[in-house]
Order: sequence, then structure tokens, then C-alpha cells
Amino acid sequence: MAGLGGGSAAFGRCTHAVVRALPESLCRQALRRAPGPEVDFARAEREHQLYVGVLRGKLGLQVLELPADESLPDCAFVEDAAVVCEETALVTRPGAPSRRKEVEAMKRVLESLNLNIVEMIDENATLDGGDVLFTGREFFVGLSRRTNQRGAEILADTFKDYAVSTVPVHDALHLKSFCSMAGPNLIAIGSSEAAQKALKTMQQMSDHRYDKLTVPDDAAANCIYLNIPSKGHVLLHRAPEEYPESAKVFEKLKDHMLIPIANTELDKVDGSLTCCSVLINKTSEL
Amino acid sequence: MEVEKVAKEKEEKQTEKEKRETKEVQTAEIKPESIPQKSPKKIKTVQCKVMLLDGTEYSCDLEKRAKGQVLFDKVCEHLNLLEKDYFGLLFYENSDQKNWLDSSKEIKRQIRSLPWIFTFNVKFYPPDPSQLTEDITRYFLCLQLRQDIASGRLPCSFVTHALLGSYTLQAELGDHDPEEHRSDYISEFQFAPNQTQEMEEKVAELHKTHRGLTPAQADSQFLENAKRLSMYGVDLHHAKDSEGVDIMLGVCANGLLIYKDRLRINRFAWPKILKISYKRSNFYIKVRPAELEQFESTIGFKLPNHRAAKRLWKVCVEHHTFFRLVSPEQPPKAKFLTLGSKFRYSGRTQAQTRQASNLIDRPAPYFERTSSKRVSRSLDGAPMGISDQSLLRDFPATGGQAAGDKIIDIEAAGQAKLREGGREEDGSPVKTPQLELTQDGKVESEEEEAQQKSNSLRVDGENIYVRHSNLMLEDLDKTQDDLLKHQASISELKRNFMESTPEPRPNEWEKRRITPLSLQTQGRHATRAEGPCTGVSDADKSSHETLDIVEEKKQAEVGIEETLVVDETNKGKMQVATDAGETCKVEHLSKKDSSSLPSDSSSSSSSSESEDEEVGEYQPHHRGIEEVIREEQEEEEDMKRKEHEEKIQHVETTPEGSKLNVPVEHTQVTAEDFVQENAVTIATEEKNLSEEIKQDLGEEKEEEQLKLNGDVSHVDIDVAPQIICCSEPPVVKTEMVTISDATQRTEISTKEVPIVQTETKTITYESPQFDGSAGGNAGVLLSAQTITSESISTTTTTHITKMVKGGVSETRIEKRIVITGDADIDHDEALAQAIKEAKEQHPDMSVTRVVVHKETELAEEDEE
Repeated sequence: MAGLGGGSAAFGRCTHAVVRALPESLCRQALRRAPGPEVDFARAEREHQLYVGVLRGKLGLQVLELPADESLPDCAFVEDAAVVCEETALVTRPGAPSRRKEVEAMKRVLESLNLNIVEMIDENATLDGGDVLFTGREFFVGLSRRTNQRGAEILADTFKDYAVSTVPVHDALHLKSFCSMAGPNLIAIGSSEAAQKALKTMQQMSDHRYDKLTVPDDAAANCIYLNIPSKGHVLLHRAPEEYPESAKVFEKLKDHMLIPIANTELDKVDGSLTCCSVLINKTSEL
Repeated sequence: MEVEKVAKEKEEKQTEKEKRETKEVQTAEIKPESIPQKSPKKIKTVQCKVMLLDGTEYSCDLEKRAKGQVLFDKVCEHLNLLEKDYFGLLFYENSDQKNWLDSSKEIKRQIRSLPWIFTFNVKFYPPDPSQLTEDITRYFLCLQLRQDIASGRLPCSFVTHALLGSYTLQAELGDHDPEEHRSDYISEFQFAPNQTQEMEEKVAELHKTHRGLTPAQADSQFLENAKRLSMYGVDLHHAKDSEGVDIMLGVCANGLLIYKDRLRINRFAWPKILKISYKRSNFYIKVRPAELEQFESTIGFKLPNHRAAKRLWKVCVEHHTFFRLVSPEQPPKAKFLTLGSKFRYSGRTQAQTRQASNLIDRPAPYFERTSSKRVSRSLDGAPMGISDQSLLRDFPATGGQAAGDKIIDIEAAGQAKLREGGREEDGSPVKTPQLELTQDGKVESEEEEAQQKSNSLRVDGENIYVRHSNLMLEDLDKTQDDLLKHQASISELKRNFMESTPEPRPNEWEKRRITPLSLQTQGRHATRAEGPCTGVSDADKSSHETLDIVEEKKQAEVGIEETLVVDETNKGKMQVATDAGETCKVEHLSKKDSSSLPSDSSSSSSSSESEDEEVGEYQPHHRGIEEVIREEQEEEEDMKRKEHEEKIQHVETTPEGSKLNVPVEHTQVTAEDFVQENAVTIATEEKNLSEEIKQDLGEEKEEEQLKLNGDVSHVDIDVAPQIICCSEPPVVKTEMVTISDATQRTEISTKEVPIVQTETKTITYESPQFDGSAGGNAGVLLSAQTITSESISTTTTTHITKMVKGGVSETRIEKRIVITGDADIDHDEALAQAIKEAKEQHPDMSVTRVVVHKETELAEEDEE
């Protein structure tokens, strides 16, 4: 078993991914921060299938796909329902009341993976996985409309090995609406004021110094980094058609295998790349 | 007084050697002490007990007056431990409150009536245990961590508990042996606060996977994992924030961490912290402005009680010194008076201990692990739980095990620093080290700018520990009331509490004495760009208080004031009353509010405390200031200051024309009759220019400005004896109140109010001579006028200067009000009145500085 944290070498390792099919109710009923164009469901599905296809086919992960639930329009955004780190999974209590039931299916699938499950049952706590940034060394938890202090505390209690720092999030849905890890020690960050401010906070709170990759578009700063044994550094990022300038920045990452993925439809309902999967690294059956 | 932030790498390097030498000398002194100890000469001895990390107890007899070092050395010898600087002895008061035994002080004075019972513990957790030289050192660190983990002090996840536990088994029992290690062999060990069957099973499972690891290797693996735990090496202290919310303050190698519940809500790396101080039960840190901020801020925390505040402060001073400095600062030796806590970390720093460790040349010592002796269960947090087993003495044995991994630390010293520095700011490598010369509220915007633009000013990593003390008050019975009042008034002005008084440094003191007074003053005046007017009082005067209020628009300025020169010729006994910690920043004056300032804290300075260590402050890096300054000067070629180079060192240099000099030379009141004299100087400065110009100029100016406060002076003194800025003169008691930080435009800068009390013939000089300032200015003096008005007890001098520099005109008004009287003058009122008047008279200007200077003749009491 890998040691604590496993060091940067192990960051991004992943064997399994949990995803969930899109319900049609998503088009009209999914929560969104601001009104906007309607979601083209067919296109959304195609994009999502491509996403899942990359994880399964191209990267060789074992993908566990949960069926859609029409009564849960946001259910495809599985990231918010659980935070998994090493062998422990925290099943969250999403900030939006309409999404609370999403965790049930998530919990079941995580149990099937033999993870240590911790459930957030405190009624005063809320936490969306989208507010949780794990850097490999520590956690940053965005305090947003969806995630509160109590939720962050429970996360800290769950993952005791790591420092858990809180980061106020304004003008964005989640902390990861404008940032994510793009490498073992690399934080991708958007250019907006809110993003930069959050980055400053994170830098101040950390004992560690991270490199940063600043991209022009906040939404593009949400990418998925994976460390796949046969492929090395892999980065799933938003397609050049969507964010050409940001894509150029990613293209400068020479050590990464870059996989552009379009996410135009889910983006309309605040869905980002990380939202659509929970990545798990099963190293042992202990 | 103003402390300057002086930590500079350069200095350190330079002084490194020097310091080391000193250090050696110290140890040399100590050793002789310990030797005599060993052969009890029928002196009064006390029995001491020390609980060791393996649960055994060590006891010995010590001479009653033995210092902590003696006991510590004995224990380390008993343990056969050479890399001992990471460890220390703790004693407990009230069960819960642990105190580190100070090696440099007598034991009995520290523990008072407590029994002589100690625990041997890790004091500084090495961030990278693999850099320790000896396995035996790692072993003791492991023992400590096992305790920390089992007691819950070092939280970790289930998985980590299991993993660490398995390494413990491997180290203690060796390879898993299916025959010998049956089901419950594990339960005798405690791996976690609440150990479950499931956990034990996992531990056993993992244990099997470590086959082949030697005990030393298992320990190393244990440490490699433990060091990554977020709470590794974090010393937690309960506190409340300014709103009364319960939080925890964690002191560690990298700085200070703030937790609320289990969440980290803030972090202040050492390089970010300018000052650390405590006063009563309050603990304060003053931090550099963040990148986009212009103000420094002081953050206050409420500790449960005074002792807790002091403990925290000491731990901070020690950690900062150990992990960030190349060598410890010499503890101040107060000759005359006791100014607050003189505490300093006296041991070796990590850099030094690593160097020393590299010289260790002995075969790896054999030592027996606790293995068969299940100490484990008794480790849960109660260090006192002793088990009867005795640690076998370790003898240097032959090969020893796995000594192979001796790691040599190549980059001993500066490394930690560099690393740290590098960490701050975003991805970009840290800016060049900046030196901040100014300490108290004075770090103004300029600094900030300077920070951004020029590299030179601040050195990362310098911190100043501030000590607030009310001491000396005892010596000045008479004036105490006055002082208190005075303080109270000041407090009204403040919002923030800041720092204060420099510590008396023997050297400087001495030099000062040697230096002819005239020289000193000269140096000073010359240097001080913006000196307040000078008031010289003759020895005859009894008391004298000066308030300088400087108003300035646009830029905050850096003020230094408070230099006091004492004429020692008069008499041998001088009492200096420093009021310590009274510097406060008043933020309200400034238009901008900086966020977190503990408000009322400052105000409280008034009550005098009997305990001399009520307050403490510490300035770690003194030397080097001069160097820095010089460097800077070079960079700024146009500065005329070069001429003054030597003089400048202690002084605050104000490159800007405007500020420079408004030297209003004020006179001195010579009346011998006066019993009390109060002087208030108010300086107002206004600059008019187009915004753009302002900006540019401002920036330039800012870069150039260095402010050195009186405190700094001590530091420099070694170099340039002639200049004395002493804030901490043995004879003088100074109090400064910093009303605020300055910012680039608008806002208020700093105010410091020094209060000087002198015995008889004390002369206080404040500031300036014209030439000094002129030299510093690049601007052109347009006009200057001085208006003086007098009434029976007050003399008001207003000095107005207009300067033009690069198209920017600046008006600066300095008012000095001298109030003299026989007895009680309501200082508060005088000050308030002075400020009020200044504001009324110049509504479009802002007050940038207030200096209160007070002198009282003590002679009456002492001599007559």
C-alpha cells in the first residue's frame, strides 16, 4: 500500500471512475446560476458519451455508470455527491436540497468498491464535491452557496492526514468552477478576479508552493488530470472550439497527453469537466 | 520603539561567523558548570526526575541553582543522544500547561514551587527527518510521534494509523513471525487513540509486508509518512480571535497556522510576520501587507491568560529562531532595568545543529528499543505515565545497525529560508529579498511599492519579536501616574496595538556611553530626514513630554522619532523608563481601514504590571540594516544620501523631498524650573500634484525610502558608533504609538509617541538638522517658515516647508508644542487638543505622525 499521500508520483493515479447518465429533465430543470440558452439534449448526450468513452476506452479506467434518474435533473454531476481520497470516500450532503437524493446511488456504488465510507449526516452541514480541491498534499474547500463551514469540518475529520483550508468563493458556483489540478503540483486557474483572489488565498494557506497555469477563461481552468501508467500525464481539457485562447495555454504543456473535450451543453447548466465523474484509485483490497 | 524589520539574509551571512563564535563561547561557559555538578560538593541538591520518551524515568541530583542546561545535558548523555537540539525538557503546571525548561536559566526560578519533574520531548520537529544524522535521533523522534499519535495530538486517518503502526511493529519486533506473533500480539501496542480490532488486523497485515526492514529502516519509513501529516510538528495553543471565537494557533517550522475547529483558516509564514508580541493575555502578530494591500496589519488573539500568551510568544520566538535563522540572537542583557521579557532562544538553530551533526564521528550507537517492553499503552498522552523499565544505556557499539544512511546535510543554513521564501507568492519565484527597515506602523505604502518595484528593501524572513513592557515603571514611582495617563490618552488614538520597545542591548549601550554626546546627536540629526523638532532639555528639567504630530497627505511616511540620547556624564544611575510596548497603530485616522486590527488592545497599555515579563517583543535580526541600506543607496544612484551614508544607517531615510526635512529645530527649553515639559510636534504635509505625476513620483520615492527606526539603531551601532538611535537606552523609557500605516496617498501614517523619562540630566534629542535633510532631498525647498507662539506653559512652534521635487509640491507642517509644568499635566488632553487643533487648522491635510515625548526628572526621588 502506498504511503501517506504517496507523494507527487502517485497524484492523479486512477483506476475507476463513477459517472451517471444524463436525465432528460436536465434540459429544463437542472439548476443554473443564470438563465441562458436551452440545453440541446442530444448534443449533451453525445458530448457526455465522448467523455465517458475517453475515460473508459482511451484511458482504460473501469467506468461505473449509474443510470439517470429523471427526478434528479442534476444527477449527472456526480462529483458533488462524493469526495474520494485514497481508500476513503465521503458521501456528501449537497448544498442544493433538490440534489440530496443523488447521494444514495453514489453511496451504493462506492460501497461496492469497498471503500471506507463516511456519510455526512449532520443536518447543518452542506458540501458539494465541486468545492473540494485536492492537490495531492492538502485540501482546499470553497465556502460557497453550496458548501458551508460545517461541511468543510466534516471533510477535515474524514481526511485527517491532510490540512484542510477553507477558501471563500464568490461569483462562482464552486471553487472548481475556476480552478483544478492540471498536474502533480500544478493548479490551473482562471483569470477572473474571483479566481485570482481564491488562488491568492490558497497560496497563503499552503505550506507548499504550487505552480500555476493561468488560463484566460475560468471555465477552461476546470480540467481533469490523470496519471495513467501507460500514458503518463494525461489532461482532459475544454476544446479549442470552446475556449481557443485557453486551449493554447494547455497546448504548452509538453509533458502532458492532451485530450480536448467539448462540454458546451452541460456548461449551460454550470457543468464542468470534473463535475461529471468521481475518480477513484483502488490500490488494494485491504 | 520602532523596530525595524531587519532580517536580511545578507546580514545574517555576514554576522554568521561572529554569532557562531559567540555561541561557542556560550557553550563553553555552560560546560564548566555542568562538570562541577557531577561531583556533588555537598552543596544543596535537589532530586530531579525526567520521564523519557520510552516511558522510563531518569533521575539525578542537581545543585539547587543549576541551570536547565545542566539537566538537559545529563539527560542527553544518559540517552547517548548527540543531536539534541531538537529536544527539550518540559514541566507542567496545572497539568495541562506545558512549559519548556529554558536551558540558560536556573531551574528553580522557572519551576518555582513545582516539583522537579520533567518530561523529555521533541521540541522542534525536523521537517525532514531523513536529514538527521543518527538513527538514534530518529528513534527518539519516532517515540515522540508514537506518543503524539496515540494520544490524538497528531491526528491521522485510519489507514495511516494502520500503516504507521505496522512500521512500529517492524521496528520493535522485527519481521512478522507467524509462530511467535499470534493474533493478539498487537494489542499490547497502542497505535491510535481509539484502536479497534479492525485496525489491529490491518496493522498486522501491513506488518507482514515489511519483511526485511531493519528497525532503523522501519523508523525511517515511519517518519517519512508521519512527516507528511498536516499536524506534524504543529504546537497548538487555544485562543480566541478578535470576535471571541474559539480558534487554535499552531506554531510550526514554517510559521503560524490558525485553525477553527479542524479547518485551517489562515496561515502566516515566518517571512510574512514582522513582529510577534504579547501583552497581558493578548498575543499579536504584525504581518506584511499582502501583495495587493497597502497596509500592514496587526492581528490580535486572546489567550486564556497571561502565561499562556507568554508561552505562545516564547514558542514562536524559538521556532522562528530555530528554523529560520542561521544563528540565534544574543539574548539581551539588561543592565539597569528589566524591560519585559528578555527571553530569546539560546540553543542552536537547525542550521547550526545540522552543521554540528555533520561532524559527528562515532559508530552508530547501539540502543535497545522498547520493543519487548510494551511501553505503548502508557503513552497515551500522559507523558507522566511511567513504566518501570529502564532504558538500557546505550553504549557505542561497533557496527550498529543500518548506519549506512547517514545523510549529510549539505546545505545547512540558508536553505530553509530560501525555500520558504520561494514559497510565498504565486508561481513566480519570490521576489528578491526585501528588507523592511521600518517596523512599526511605519511601513507604509512606500514600502509596498518598494517591494514591488525594487528588490532590495525587505529581506524575507525577518521578524521582529516585540516585547511590550511596562517595566521600569517601578523605578519611577512618581511618574508612573503620568505615564499611565499618557498611555491612556494615546490609547484613544489607537486602534491597533503594536509594538514597541526595543530591547536594551548592552553593546550599543556601551558604545553610546562612549560616544560623545555631541557626535551622537549630530549623526542623528543628519540622518534623520524627517526628524521632529528637537527639544533639548537640560539636565535640570524635570519632566518633559513631547508630542509630535505629523500630518501628511498622500503618503504615509515613515517616521522615526524617538531617539533619545542620554547624557550619561551626569550620573551613573540613569533610569530608563521605557514604556514599552506602547506603540499602537491607529488606523482610524487613516482613511483607509485596514482590515484586521485588533482594536482595543492597544489601549490597555496603561496598567503597570508587576511582572516584568508581562509583555514581550523581540527583534531578531538586527544587524545588517546598515548593509541593506547601503545597498539600497547604491541602487538609487540619484540619492544624495550617499554623502550621508554612514550616518544614515540608523536613521530613517526619506528620499522624498518633502518629507525630508522639515526639520524644525525647535528649541530647547532650558528652564530649570520646569518640572514638566510637554512638547507636541505636529507636522502636516500636503502634496499637490497631478495624479499621474504623483504616482510615478510616489513610486520612486517609495522605493527609496528606508525607514529605520530607533530600534534599529542598536543594531547598527556596532558599525557606526557615532550614530545613536536608541530607543532602548538604558536610561530612557520610550513609548511609541503608531497611529497607522501609511499608504500611498492619503492616509495616515505612523505615529509614534515616544516617552522618555530620564533622570536628571537627560537630554533628549529628536531629530533634525537641516543639512541632514537637505542632503537627502532631491527636491527644491520652496519656502520654509517657522512660527512660534508662547503662553505660560506652552510653546508652540510651527514649521512649514514647501518643497518641489520633480514637479510635485509638498507642504509639510510640523508643529511642536512644548508644555511645561510643575506637576500633573493632563497629557491626554494635551495630545487630543493638539491633534484636534492640527486638524482644524489644516482640514485638507492629514496627520501623519504624532510623537509624544516626555521627560521627567527623577532626580528628586533618587538623589535628593
